[in-house]
Amino acid sequence: MFDIIGKRYWYFLISALLIVPGLIAMVYSTVTYGAPVRLSIDFTGGSLMVLKFQQPATEDAIRDVFISQGFTNPVVQQLGQPEDNTWQVRMGFADVETVDKIKASLADQISPIDEASSSFSTVGPAVGSEVTRAATVAVVIASLLVGAFIIITFRRIPNAFRYGVCAISAMTHDILIALGFVSIMGILFSWEVDALFLTAILTVIGFSVQDKIVVFDRIRENTPKWRGEPFETVVNRSILETLHRSLATQLNAMFVMIAILLFGGASIKQFIAVMLVGMVTATYSSIFNAVPVLVAWENGEVGRFFRRIFGREAATA
Amino acid sequence: MRGQRNTAILAGIILLALVLIWIDLPDNPGIHIHWGFINIDKDIRVHQGLDLQGGLQVLLEADVPEGTEIDSEAIDTAKVIVENRVNGLGVTEPLVQKRGERRIIVELPGIEDPELAVATIQETGLLEFIDAGYTFLAPGTEVETDYLGGDEEGTPPEATTEATPVETSADEGTPEAEPAPVVYHTVIAGAGLKDAVATVIQDAGSTLPVVAFELKSEASSTFAQHTASHRGQYLCIVLDKTIVSCPVIEDAIPDGKGIIRGRFTPVEAKALAVKLRYGALPLPLRIETTRTVGPTLGQDSVRRSITAGAIGLSVVFLFMLVYYRFPGLLADLALAIYALLNFAIYKFGLPPLFDYVTLTLPGIAGFLLSTGMAVDANILIFERMKEELRAGRSLGAAIEVGFNRAWTSIRDSNISTILTCAILFYFGSTFGASMVKGFALTLIIGVMTSMFTAVTVTRTFIRFAFDAFGDSLRDKRWLLGI
Repeated sequence: MFDIIGKRYWYFLISALLIVPGLIAMVYSTVTYGAPVRLSIDFTGGSLMVLKFQQPATEDAIRDVFISQGFTNPVVQQLGQPEDNTWQVRMGFADVETVDKIKASLADQISPIDEASSSFSTVGPAVGSEVTRAATVAVVIASLLVGAFIIITFRRIPNAFRYGVCAISAMTHDILIALGFVSIMGILFSWEVDALFLTAILTVIGFSVQDKIVVFDRIRENTPKWRGEPFETVVNRSILETLHRSLATQLNAMFVMIAILLFGGASIKQFIAVMLVGMVTATYSSIFNAVPVLVAWENGEVGRFFRRIFGREAATA
Repeated sequence: MRGQRNTAILAGIILLALVLIWIDLPDNPGIHIHWGFINIDKDIRVHQGLDLQGGLQVLLEADVPEGTEIDSEAIDTAKVIVENRVNGLGVTEPLVQKRGERRIIVELPGIEDPELAVATIQETGLLEFIDAGYTFLAPGTEVETDYLGGDEEGTPPEATTEATPVETSADEGTPEAEPAPVVYHTVIAGAGLKDAVATVIQDAGSTLPVVAFELKSEASSTFAQHTASHRGQYLCIVLDKTIVSCPVIEDAIPDGKGIIRGRFTPVEAKALAVKLRYGALPLPLRIETTRTVGPTLGQDSVRRSITAGAIGLSVVFLFMLVYYRFPGLLADLALAIYALLNFAIYKFGLPPLFDYVTLTLPGIAGFLLSTGMAVDANILIFERMKEELRAGRSLGAAIEVGFNRAWTSIRDSNISTILTCAILFYFGSTFGASMVKGFALTLIIGVMTSMFTAVTVTRTFIRFAFDAFGDSLRDKRWLLGI
């Protein structure tokens, strides 16, 4: 039987290699931008306008108009191809009359705007900070709920609590990698995190746990069947048995998402990209993370590890 | 016999598929039955969210200091008032809902003039009593008045006792095709109203619902003067320039208290009292979030994403066929029904829970993702079957055992997705993030229907195939995807 579990320390290393660059990016981001990831107006408050002009425009001309309307630091960016004449402006909170004035001014000084292909969003600061708080709470609650669900579902096997904790730790690993990914993208390509990102994270949590349940379920089924074998072997067998299904499901989900990435609308590309990253790591972490940690725990390696860190005298194993 | 039962279920599924296809057809006429006491009027069509068809979304919050208790009746009334204003804008499917205790969300899909809409929503709500002379004006008529502001008690600045309406002069040079609009004189404005209550009076032995109102002191004297000199004439009540009711002045009203009589039901009297009391918004509302989207922006995204989804799904179909062969084909058929079912639920809703699902771009993504989960369920089943077959079970037993063993995995793993979706849905609703909400909803619907199709549809197909072709399949392991 191919030994997956035996090589578990390699997997922990790989996980570390995946997480660390993300962490570095998040620290850099916090220092440079004030937050570990670039936040959209959904979280910070402010306004975002997508303007399609009928004539070409320049960044400076656009910025001047906004400054003259009283916005101190508008961020102007071109979207898509130059011939689209589409620009994105991010500025402070604005009400609808101000937007009217801005559009009139832009029409005057640069060119009229194609309303049908433009959009405008503004979020008040109060709502912005509320959303941030609620988002964090949502992720925490989701994680706890799902962890509790696992513990309850697997209550009949010994050490059900460990299964829940291992699932949550693997899930956290997935979230960290996804966050790291977005952080790096934010630094390199100015990707911003909005409410949809939260959606992606929560979906990844759901999917991640779903995957782990399938593996755990198999372990649960195999444990009484192979009583004589050490835990490690039973687990190894379970992984191999569910491997086909994990890969097949992952492939199918990826087909759809890659198709959307390649051919789909621009506004959800970032959302889908994050989900893709999240789902791939979810499948990876089920096999190479959650279960190995479970085994390590079972073998007492976790206890030894902590004792070594905190310098206590290790009792003979 | 199990075989017969299975065939019955299969027939049921085929029937369901036909119904689903009918529901999913574009330009579905809907169901409109008016027969006896059965009155059904149901449109069956796709409802597009703001990001797809363009429009305006506004999140309003009660503009009171932090921590002030907000009377829930006040915010309910505010919501009704906003709703009434919004209904006058001519949008096909406006949405006005309370969000929590302090917020109201307004969605106006397809609106052409967002700035006008926002101004209308935030309007103060002007109540006026106008002098209509001897002309009865029907409720709902729009009128122009000469009210320009006036002092705090709503007494218009130039209160005259003239009863005749003031004619405006037509513009120079314009053909007199229509009569010039009549501008009515405002006797009292809403700020002068102290209270209005729905009550009943006894009249000639029967009980009549009426609205009793009371004016403030300065308005009372103006009112007294007017009613004394205009007996028998109409004094219409106008809200935001629309006639609400037009009673006759029967007597002088010296004390500022009066009764509005009309053909009211108790409900109508109450509604009028509310309108009078709260013609103006009971709470100031401030705009917290605004989103406007141009329609072309959305449509383009839809087209692209649908294409992408179709491509992705085709690959999935192909994969299942190639990897699992005959069962894969059955799974593909089940998936087709799954897609039909989901789309039908978006169009038809699940009465009485909801009448339709508003599709957004993330909602479409959610649906596509959920097909991944639907496939997952089938894959779980097939892998189980393969294992049982390899272990030496007979084909029939392998099918049954495969399903039963896989079901616990399917159920438990889908529940975790449902849990996170519920959280997402709640989060989306509270903040008016309809995109998040749309995604959560389509994903939950998808997960649930996937459990149904995997267990019922796929299983029925496979059982039927086994019953019909079992003998010839038994030896063709290749066809079974082993």
